Amino acid sequence: MVPMMTDLENTTPTYTLQTRDLNLWYGDFQALKDVTVNIKPGIITALIGPSGCGKTTLLRCLNRINERYGNVTTTGEVNILGKNIYDDDVSLSTLRKSVGMVFQRPNPLPISIYENILFGIRSHTRRREYKRQQQDELVELALRDVQLWDEVKDKLRKRATHLTLEQQQKLCIARLLPLKPEVILMDEPCSALDAEGIERIEELIDGLREKYTIVMVTHNMAQARRASHECIFMLMGRIIEHGPTLDIFLKPTQPDTEMYVRGRYG
Amino acid sequence: MSNGSGNAVRKPRARYIANAMRAFGDRAEPLVEWTIRLCGWSAILFVFSIFFFIFREAAPIFGELNWLEFFTSTQWQPSSEVHPRYGILALLVGTVSVTTLAMLVAVPLGLGAAVFISEFCTGKLKESLKILIELLAAIPSIVWGFIGYMVLGPIIIKLTGAPVGVNLLNGGLILGLMSVPIIVSVGEDALKAVPDSFREAAVSLGASRWEVVYRVLFPAAKNGLLAAVLLGVGRAIGETMAVLMCTGHAVQIPHSLLDPVRTLTATIASELGESAAGDPHYRVLFVIGLVLFAITFAVNVIADLIVKGVRNEQSR
Repeated sequence: MVPMMTDLENTTPTYTLQTRDLNLWYGDFQALKDVTVNIKPGIITALIGPSGCGKTTLLRCLNRINERYGNVTTTGEVNILGKNIYDDDVSLSTLRKSVGMVFQRPNPLPISIYENILFGIRSHTRRREYKRQQQDELVELALRDVQLWDEVKDKLRKRATHLTLEQQQKLCIARLLPLKPEVILMDEPCSALDAEGIERIEELIDGLREKYTIVMVTHNMAQARRASHECIFMLMGRIIEHGPTLDIFLKPTQPDTEMYVRGRYG
Repeated sequence: MSNGSGNAVRKPRARYIANAMRAFGDRAEPLVEWTIRLCGWSAILFVFSIFFFIFREAAPIFGELNWLEFFTSTQWQPSSEVHPRYGILALLVGTVSVTTLAMLVAVPLGLGAAVFISEFCTGKLKESLKILIELLAAIPSIVWGFIGYMVLGPIIIKLTGAPVGVNLLNGGLILGLMSVPIIVSVGEDALKAVPDSFREAAVSLGASRWEVVYRVLFPAAKNGLLAAVLLGVGRAIGETMAVLMCTGHAVQIPHSLLDPVRTLTATIASELGESAAGDPHYRVLFVIGLVLFAITFAVNVIADLIVKGVRNEQSR
């Protein structure tokens, strides 16, 4: 190591999220190849690349939800706040409390709005630990944080699946907040919404970035450009380039990145 | 384009056949349509003719029957020369108690199995369990009765010291096991219909697999699971052969699990042969048939309405 480099690292903020030589196979198919990335807190990092490049897979590794598929093999490390989440002593439930996820299709649970917000808390605390009034406050706070309170305050007991898609997606973000996560993973969070919905959700995400580390997969180049601070470009399961968003779009160092951001493929 | 040239060689003949089939199809289509329509209507026809037939045999006694006694008396002495009495209360209680006990066995077992098959196992285990449970449904009821009579009866005598092994407990257990397959298969379908995105959402919020089951899947599949249970109830109420063999067939209101009981279905099965066609005993048995018809019809309609509720819920 060059001494200057370590100096530089000391001055930059510590990374919340680091992967080391992450490899992943679905059966025989290798979807991630030696992925090593460092993700900073306080900014929005976008994962971009053509379909099937592994960006969603990488995202789904970060809270280990990939393991639901059964035939998944993972090697390497994912360190979140200095702890390898693939260690044997990691509790998946605790991991997912600190690493929240927002999905492509809004997926509120088929219970009331109120219970959706408290779902996570109820999984992590014993019954009776929260008094009724505290629960009400948690719900109001979370809904205010996503600018949904005024729209739904009169129908908190209604089923969440009756909301509009935009409201549902806001709710899906809101229900992460009572758990006080470190990281929020977003898998194309706007792809089911119309133009106005996209704008408001992007605003909302930008408002959250100071408190959380946000990693967002996006298919939409324009969105990556306007809504992220750093971009990671992936191709065939590898990280091709990682840098500030403007650099990736204006002066990419890799020819593949350049081809992609200019719309040659993907 | 080698395919194209191949087609060209076969073309005249192929076109001839296609034309012939089309010509036949044009004429045959209305015929096929009518046949299929007839098949559909026949189901309705059969249900109504069965109802009509039972009703016709039962109707002549409607005027003479003491309805109050019929539903409230425990005296079932249809073949008495002096004073035949037709009180089905004991039989009703027998049917209800055996069915209730059966459901106490079948609902936890059936829903548990449905949850296990749908949520906790994959691949070969899942497939083999599903096949095995279908196989369980295919065991003839006489075989279940035989098992209750020859295997379960002696075990009950040994364990409880009861004088007879064929009683409410035996009938309820056997009937419960018989109702498990339908609850499992309908329940599993209901769980399978819950979108995976709900599971994913719950898991991503840190819920354990059990929490996913009882905090997400049960509320989401509530109606389907209820329908599964009601179909199980319908199955249990209608079952005849196994309960005839396993319940002891004694007309009385049971006071413990070890008392023998008699059900409505078993009464019809055992007495229809010995009653003379057209006499009051014969007709009363058909009235019992109507009562059973009404009960199972009500259970099925409720199950159906609930299942419809599921569909509306999902389409919204």
